[in-house]
Amino acid sequence: MSEQTSLGKLVFGRLTWDSLAFLHEPILLATFAGVALGGVLIVAAITYFRLWGTLWRDWITSIDHKKIGIMYVILGLVMLLRGFSDAIMMRAQQAIAFGDAMGYLPPHHYDQIFTAHGIIMVLFVAMPLVTGLMNFVVPLQIGARDVAFPFLNNFSFWMTACGVALCMMSLFVGEFARTGWLAYPPLSGIIASPDVGVDYYIWSVQVAGVGTLLSGVNLIATIVKMRAPGMSMMRMPIFTWTALCTNILIVVTFPVLTAVLALLSLDRYVGTNFFTNDLGGNPMMYVNLIWIWGHPEVYILILPAFGIYSEVVSTFCGKRLFGYTSMVYATVVITLLSYLVWLHHFFTMGSGASVNAFFGITTMIISIPTGAKIFNWLFTMYRGRIRFEVPMLWTISFMVTFVVGGMTGVLLAVPPADFVLHNSLFLVAHFHNVIIGGVLFGLMAGITYWFPKAFGYKLDPFWGKCSFWFWTIGFYFAFMPLYVLGLMGVTRRLSHFDDHSLQIWFQIAAFGAFLIALGILSFLIQLLVSFMRRESLRDTTGDPWHGRTLEWSTSSPPPAYNFAFTPIVHDRDAWHDMKQRGHVRPVTGFVPIHMPKNTGAGFVLAVLSALCAFGLIWQMWPLAALSFVALIVATIVHTFNYHRDFYVAADEVARTEDGRTQLLASHV
Amino acid sequence: MTASVAPNAAGGASALSFYDTGGHHPENGTLLGFWLYLMSDCLVFACLFASYGVLGGNYAGGPTGADLFELPLVAVNTSLLLLSSITYGFAVISMRHKRQGATLAWLAATGLLGAGFVGIELHEFANLIQHGNGPQRSAFLSSFFTLVGTHGLHVTFGIVWLLTLMSQVATHGLIAANRRRLMCLSMFWHFLDVIWIGVFTFVYLMGALR
Repeated sequence: MSEQTSLGKLVFGRLTWDSLAFLHEPILLATFAGVALGGVLIVAAITYFRLWGTLWRDWITSIDHKKIGIMYVILGLVMLLRGFSDAIMMRAQQAIAFGDAMGYLPPHHYDQIFTAHGIIMVLFVAMPLVTGLMNFVVPLQIGARDVAFPFLNNFSFWMTACGVALCMMSLFVGEFARTGWLAYPPLSGIIASPDVGVDYYIWSVQVAGVGTLLSGVNLIATIVKMRAPGMSMMRMPIFTWTALCTNILIVVTFPVLTAVLALLSLDRYVGTNFFTNDLGGNPMMYVNLIWIWGHPEVYILILPAFGIYSEVVSTFCGKRLFGYTSMVYATVVITLLSYLVWLHHFFTMGSGASVNAFFGITTMIISIPTGAKIFNWLFTMYRGRIRFEVPMLWTISFMVTFVVGGMTGVLLAVPPADFVLHNSLFLVAHFHNVIIGGVLFGLMAGITYWFPKAFGYKLDPFWGKCSFWFWTIGFYFAFMPLYVLGLMGVTRRLSHFDDHSLQIWFQIAAFGAFLIALGILSFLIQLLVSFMRRESLRDTTGDPWHGRTLEWSTSSPPPAYNFAFTPIVHDRDAWHDMKQRGHVRPVTGFVPIHMPKNTGAGFVLAVLSALCAFGLIWQMWPLAALSFVALIVATIVHTFNYHRDFYVAADEVARTEDGRTQLLASHV
Repeated sequence: MTASVAPNAAGGASALSFYDTGGHHPENGTLLGFWLYLMSDCLVFACLFASYGVLGGNYAGGPTGADLFELPLVAVNTSLLLLSSITYGFAVISMRHKRQGATLAWLAATGLLGAGFVGIELHEFANLIQHGNGPQRSAFLSSFFTLVGTHGLHVTFGIVWLLTLMSQVATHGLIAANRRRLMCLSMFWHFLDVIWIGVFTFVYLMGALR
């Protein structure tokens, strides 16, 4: 009997029936029932419509950057629903938990929720959406047929997806960290957090982080090496510029995250003393290192959003972007400065006046290039023929909202002010102000803008406008009260309050979250309605917005090879230039096109990594060891595959392009 | 919108061509991509060096570097690794001269030197742990083991890669794909050498002086 138990312990590690937390908590049980039902329905639908083969051949194993980009965006949107459920649960709790009322969330659950909300929204919503848009758009904008390393791209996506899966698993099997989204030790150390929560946190972030790092390497190599002939650096579209800077930031910061989390796991698994309180450990080193990643991370998110706004503004104002050169330099300066400000997240650490002053000043300096960008967008609009389509609405709302967030950021950058506001709801309001008003609005603009390119039909503008107004108004209702509360001294991450006079502000904030829920709902309805009405929303031209950059020169959706002939670039806004100079689309003389082959290797490797991580989380050592060995073997086996590409035959290209020629002719 | 395009706009179109009709092939970015990966790896080491810099003096009442390090052994170890970089260099020269046998021989020599390096390092680690000076003893030893161990782990993976690549060169010959892979491994191997020079100086030499 005892032998059996020890064998069970070896195989299953810490995993027992008690670990299935959802069996004990009604909220989780209901969620689990919903997820399980949804999962069964999806599996049943895929089986009924016989889509497994398509799913595997055309999506899971696809190395087409467009499909991978779309999968990233879907992943981000699904996780937005999860992250937002966390948000609305917190808002509801804080609106009711006053005095004798304890609310409906016990602290240990509430703490998991705010941790999960933070890490999910940053790493599993914003990052996949940003990476997805870059993946989809950048090769098209630079006139390339794919990214530099198509297989690696597929692998990166599946690593990200597997990181997400690990994080989601913690909802039902075990628990998530209760530490806040950056898991500071000693709280995240083994003494204060002996359970699997922090391990789930570490491994989901590590697995996804590998994916992000590799996609960063991939996109840099793509932008540097694969631009169409004639596209010099200063002729690149601004979105591509921001993508380049963002991916440089990814490559210089994600290794720091990997390293610091590896050190934390050594502390937890091996018993080392990096961040412990005794035997010479130094927890503040963790805080320094994680913010050396964490601060540039928010610029990783915002820079592509800036790029989207630049594309949208110049397209919907029908003008060349004002101050292209200054926009490029502002982006580069922000990239550099983002690496020099991390300490402003913990002025209260006590580094002394000189250190705090240095980081306070570098932080304030960032507002200069950012301000320059705002003026560039405004001057682009000035005397432009502005079309108030949905992407442009998001952009205008961004310009107002982001400036507010930027200014509260400058307030927080003043160390003495920060000593008062540190860890208060003012800070929470500030970063939501810039992340929602900056990143999310940009992503919504970008999704609406490039949707017709990806799917061949526009999104329904009515529901897009509903979503826009609900989000914008909801944002102000949800976060302006938090500024007030923060100024009154309310700190973050509280699940219960004693002072009833504060309650009204939390109720207003909860109302704002409700409006945002309507915004998200409108967006989902928009997707559905647009799909139903896709024939009337169809884009036959490939250029539904009168675009200016090369992605609009090909069909919507583009063929697998993107461009039958690689475009030659003579100016910024290459497609606009081509239209102005009366280019003629070639309809004959097609040549075979060299393309990479699909492969399931990326998916297999990522799943093995996730299995290994799962084994490590639950201390199932045999599983961890086996899947690690399998991972190495599978990698080696993959390197023996030398047949990774093929040629699309010239007549197949001709068939595809003839189809487009007819489509264009029939809709003149 | 093709409708808005003037068909013969001021002769611009005839002078300029807008499409590369010859089947454009972009440059291969593998070496750049791999170099970028190496730089990211370099940052992992930078973090480990920084941790060692911060924690390297926190002995927690335990032994110091001067107590523990056996410099003669480290000198042997360092020579093995530096020699392995030279042998890898010869492998690349043989590859350029399209001499497959010599390439494989130099790669084998590199692998053996690398294995010797890892072996000596493991011996050193085992010795330390045996005497109660494992990574749990103090923050100094935590950061020492992690920095040196991560480097050792990289060399180990390098050896696995080297063996894989040797069998690929043996079966497929020095084809373009294999030459590219050999160049990547070359960068990796020399990179580890550079890191080791940092470790040797910063950890062992300066540690023995402290």
